[in-house]
Amino acid sequence: MKFYKKPENSKDMKYTPQDFKSDQEVKWCPGCGDHAILASIQRAMPDVCESLNYTKERFVFVSGIGCSSRFPYYMDTYGFHGIHGRASAIATGIKVANPTLTVWQITGDGDALAIGGNHFIHAIRRNIDINIILFNNQIYGLTKGQYSPTSKLGMVTKTSPYGTVEHPFNPGALVLGSRGTFFARSLDVDLKVSQDIMVQSAKHDGAAVVEMLVNCIIFNDKTHSLVSSKDVRADRTIVLKHGEPMIYGKNRDKGLIIDGYSIKSVVIGENGIKESDLLVHDAHTENPGIHSMLIDMKYPELPVALGVIRAVKDKTYDDNVRDQVIDAREHAQIHNVDELLHSGATWEVK
Amino acid sequence: MQHKVIDTKEVVIRFTGDSGDGMQLTGTLFADASALYGNDISTFPDFPSEIRAPQGTVAGVSGFQVNIGSGEIRTPGDFCDVLVAMNPAALKSNAKWAKLTATIILDSDTFDEKGIKKAGFKTDDPVTELKIQDRHIVFAPITTLTKESLKESGLDPKTIARSKNIFTLGICYYMFNRPMDTTEEYLDNKFKKKPEIAAANKKALKDGFNYATNIHAIPNTYRVAPAKQEKGTYRYINGNQATAWGLLAASEKSGLPLFCGSYPITPATSILEELALRKDLNVKTLQCEDEIAGICTSIGASYAGNLAVTTTSGPGISLKSEALGLAMITELPLVVVNVQRGGPSTGIPTKTEQTDLNQALYGRNGECPIAIIAAHSPSHCFDAAFYSAKFALEHMMPVMLLSEGFLGNGSEPWKIPSMKDYPEIHPPIVTEVEETPFWPFKRDQEKFARRWALPGTKGLEHRVGGLEKNPQGAVSSDPINHEKMVAERAEKVARMANYIPDQKVIGKESGEVLVVGWGGTYGHLYTAVKELQEEGKSVSLAHFDFIFPLPKNSCEIFSKFKKIIVCELNSGQFANYLKAQYCQYKYHQYNKIQGQPFIVKEIVEAVNEIL
Repeated sequence: MKFYKKPENSKDMKYTPQDFKSDQEVKWCPGCGDHAILASIQRAMPDVCESLNYTKERFVFVSGIGCSSRFPYYMDTYGFHGIHGRASAIATGIKVANPTLTVWQITGDGDALAIGGNHFIHAIRRNIDINIILFNNQIYGLTKGQYSPTSKLGMVTKTSPYGTVEHPFNPGALVLGSRGTFFARSLDVDLKVSQDIMVQSAKHDGAAVVEMLVNCIIFNDKTHSLVSSKDVRADRTIVLKHGEPMIYGKNRDKGLIIDGYSIKSVVIGENGIKESDLLVHDAHTENPGIHSMLIDMKYPELPVALGVIRAVKDKTYDDNVRDQVIDAREHAQIHNVDELLHSGATWEVK
Repeated sequence: MQHKVIDTKEVVIRFTGDSGDGMQLTGTLFADASALYGNDISTFPDFPSEIRAPQGTVAGVSGFQVNIGSGEIRTPGDFCDVLVAMNPAALKSNAKWAKLTATIILDSDTFDEKGIKKAGFKTDDPVTELKIQDRHIVFAPITTLTKESLKESGLDPKTIARSKNIFTLGICYYMFNRPMDTTEEYLDNKFKKKPEIAAANKKALKDGFNYATNIHAIPNTYRVAPAKQEKGTYRYINGNQATAWGLLAASEKSGLPLFCGSYPITPATSILEELALRKDLNVKTLQCEDEIAGICTSIGASYAGNLAVTTTSGPGISLKSEALGLAMITELPLVVVNVQRGGPSTGIPTKTEQTDLNQALYGRNGECPIAIIAAHSPSHCFDAAFYSAKFALEHMMPVMLLSEGFLGNGSEPWKIPSMKDYPEIHPPIVTEVEETPFWPFKRDQEKFARRWALPGTKGLEHRVGGLEKNPQGAVSSDPINHEKMVAERAEKVARMANYIPDQKVIGKESGEVLVVGWGGTYGHLYTAVKELQEEGKSVSLAHFDFIFPLPKNSCEIFSKFKKIIVCELNSGQFANYLKAQYCQYKYHQYNKIQGQPFIVKEIVEAVNEIL
């Protein structure tokens, strides 16, 4: 691999978010949730570099088609704006070809779950070491307002004037169904949580899916506002942290317990509930049971789960490929093409 | 019966039987033995797409034809001198390929009432019904003889029955005076862990040979002297293997690791299988979830700096079309291999055709020209793949390599080349540039290729994508810029013509008729033209490997012949393409769309008709 230089050590280098801003004008609508996600990723980058010893040239942002997929143009890193639905496949190729790169896929609910659904689940199944940031605004924005695979049942859009008659996907459930090793969720407006889970997803070895609940101010305004509005957010969401009890609420007085086969919201101090009765979040357990229930939690019955819901260790696809190549080369009988051409049955004509 | 030994320059033998009878293996072993003996050979596997169609039916018949010769062999032969039919269905579907003078060997055990009925014969006498009474027919109770031969082997009856193809091979080895040692070696190797099966098969082979020697029922045996071949080391190779190896050669000569993202599809799958074996040569293969992921992972790998390849057949190209446009507009090197098969849609997957030329030339949205190279013989797939990769890497563009089922599965002896005779490949990789920031679409003025900055290189961060860009790499919908970029990308492909060899003419450079072909029909066209030339006719052949762009002297060649006839296995796609390029000439056509290769005779007749 004569053209690959060993990545430079970034120890003495300090990046700022500014270093990750390209010279291109950001063309999303004013007020679009994508701006905030761009900011949280740019803010997370210096942290990622510092904690993982990365330099900027190792980053590649890959996308498909849709509003969110313009993202790579706004990052001053290597970038590939692909075709509709195929970002997972392009990102997979990049990572397998050069595992020293850190590959980030930016995608939307239509891009990842409709046209690109197949590539999405297979990238997760393979546990290829990429970060998939899924911007879920529950609508097709770039084509101006048609329903998406995450639009709520009955939603009226330009292509469902009488309301949709199909059930939406829950992206996290798809991740679990594909034996995913990492799933996190945040709100566009919650930069702090977003920034934190970006760093954690970067640190995870394997396919890390981050679902960003994002607002489309033009075609699906306030779609997440029941949980994302600042005044109600603390009571209607819970930010999960590994090893900590599941407490939420403005007054930190609510919590989650297991009741039979379900998760139930309780108030600490009521009906004899103590903090020690609450569930303690275990993101690292392989068992997807509780993770699945957490992913499914919906307002108003339960708070929407944010933060890193699942982060399980497993070998990655790219590691396995690399190991096979190293092993095959160590035990190689054939070292070059000339040897290959002469392998097997040959004969001489004199 | 008077036994005759016939010295001959060329013999064609066709092995046919049920899909489960092991005819492909029998044919391959016979071909291997003949190649090692020193004959020139050409093979043609002809099998159904069903893995095991109902036993004994015509739908399940699998065939393998091999042509062996002491002279130059360029085709698997039109009609056969010896036909082996393991059951009535095989005889029914293959009798038409037997010459009037042919010997037909039948497993008489299968010609019972049930077998004859299953094959769909109307009477209980297949030979008369097929009107082949004049051929020399050898009824050999092969199943019974095999059972008898192996009754003390200790093997179960099912395993014993499986050896009847090897018993038959023994009969053929007698008929053609073939040495048995290569086959014995093969059996020892194949059944290393089951020596009792190796021993049984070796016994069946010998007993078949002895049976044929003793029965005096076989009228002729053949002596085909070794061919006079150029000095050197030879091997036997099929087209898909040669394609895989040619790509590996390009990987070595460019210093770039090979990446192949692909999805299994007949008849291209064995390229992926062959590459998957070669982790020892730093190959990464990814069997994807679909054809689209096949090309998209390869585009990603190309962006990251690998020699990227995706392999498929026509239906796969349909699925890859949008991504092919992406590779074209991002100007990334990529080799797309299409081993063509009978279409449209699923068509006839295991049969050969040249019907994807229009798709290769035009099958994408927008202005999207893509260079096309065609392989013309199984071993030529090596060079065709090597140069496809070289042009892709050095000119920074996708190149489509057109192969065909006939080439991919067909095989021939090949004088093993030396890698020192192949050129180095120099992709325009940059690690530093003058301008800041890096302009991804700045071109060199000779080839018009852009520079390749690999992710991981400090200071060359840039973005590519499917949206139109300006030379600086920014998204642009400026009308003038778009027209300029479209023209520049087209010009880059056109300029490849400056780097390809002149088109050669086989025969005189001027005359009455120029036969024009491309791709896998080469052997048949060559043999037909040689035959016509030997009859003193003014006929030459121009067979094209470079389809787009065409060699620069093509027009001049056409001008020197009174008539041009374009022969191809489609309805006239290359002829129409030539009409669009050089409309001053009239192009006669000879076309065939039967899922079968040409036969030499029909080409000769077609040319004679316009002479």
